Amino acid sequence: MIWRSALATLLLALALAAAAGAVEPQEQLADPALEARAREIGQELRCLVCQNQSIDDSDADLARDLRRIVRERLTAGDTDDQVMAFVTARYGDYVLLRPPLRAGTLALWFGPVVLLVAGIAAIMLRRRRRVAAEPFSAEEDRRLAQLLDHEKAP
Amino acid sequence: MALRRILYLLPVLIFIGVGIGLAVGLTRDPGTLPSALIDRPVPTFELPAIEGMPGEGLRSTDLEGEVSLVNVFASWCVPCRAEHPLLMGLAERGVVINGIDYKDPAEQAARWLEDLGNPFARTGADRDGRVAIDFGVYGVPETFVIDKAGRIRFRHPGPLTPDLVNTEIRPLLAELAK
Repeated sequence: MIWRSALATLLLALALAAAAGAVEPQEQLADPALEARAREIGQELRCLVCQNQSIDDSDADLARDLRRIVRERLTAGDTDDQVMAFVTARYGDYVLLRPPLRAGTLALWFGPVVLLVAGIAAIMLRRRRRVAAEPFSAEEDRRLAQLLDHEKAP
Repeated sequence: MALRRILYLLPVLIFIGVGIGLAVGLTRDPGTLPSALIDRPVPTFELPAIEGMPGEGLRSTDLEGEVSLVNVFASWCVPCRAEHPLLMGLAERGVVINGIDYKDPAEQAARWLEDLGNPFARTGADRDGRVAIDFGVYGVPETFVIDKAGRIRFRHPGPLTPDLVNTEIRPLLAELAK
């Protein structure tokens, strides 16, 4: 029983820690709704120093500065989109962890689906060709029986 | 028959295509990011001088009217020390270089410029790094080439190298000065 509650506490602590990432208590906004929006935006923005982490996950100085800027813009009344636009104006689409759907990113978004469909189509085509093979003629049947007999005999 | 031959060749062709793609990818530096600011006007900013240094600091209007370099540096940045002689060389040849001192204690920045020489026409102290973020800087050093209209024409993250200065920056400066 004690083990169970200890485990539950540990898991809860881990879950909370994961949600907070590298966001330090003194950075957080007093307004929980604004802070929640800041977290959501922070998860979407790439830390440019350690490129595969979001700014919420990263301890880098630049990530902290960007987290602070996100919170400032939100406090100033910006919408989420305006905050994103502010950051992409400086760092480009690269800063977005989820690449936007544009002409240049079509292959990125739909390439895998196209490949999958092409693969399935290729397999189905081969299948159909195999099924469509003609049945043996009477002559061929006789020859086959002969061969099988010959195999068994010796 | 011809169709079948093409089908047999297809895997080889795909392999060659993927191989070329990956080979090109290997030669690219993953640290170099595309800049969102190429051909855009420099961000509007106004920075004070490094405390205790002469001069009036650096503002965006200073970057209009002449071809110049903007170099983001810091005294604590080791690659900045490596590229410093190149900046000194460019300044000696008459290239206008403006410096943005990134998150640097004033006395250390002043001592750094005193010890190594000061290649900058003007220097602004960016204590909280906000102006650097407006420039899309993600690490020091970074160097920008600004044209007469005050637009960013070239950006290099990381230290300058003699090769880069000779093959890219100086030809670009000469072209922009026309």
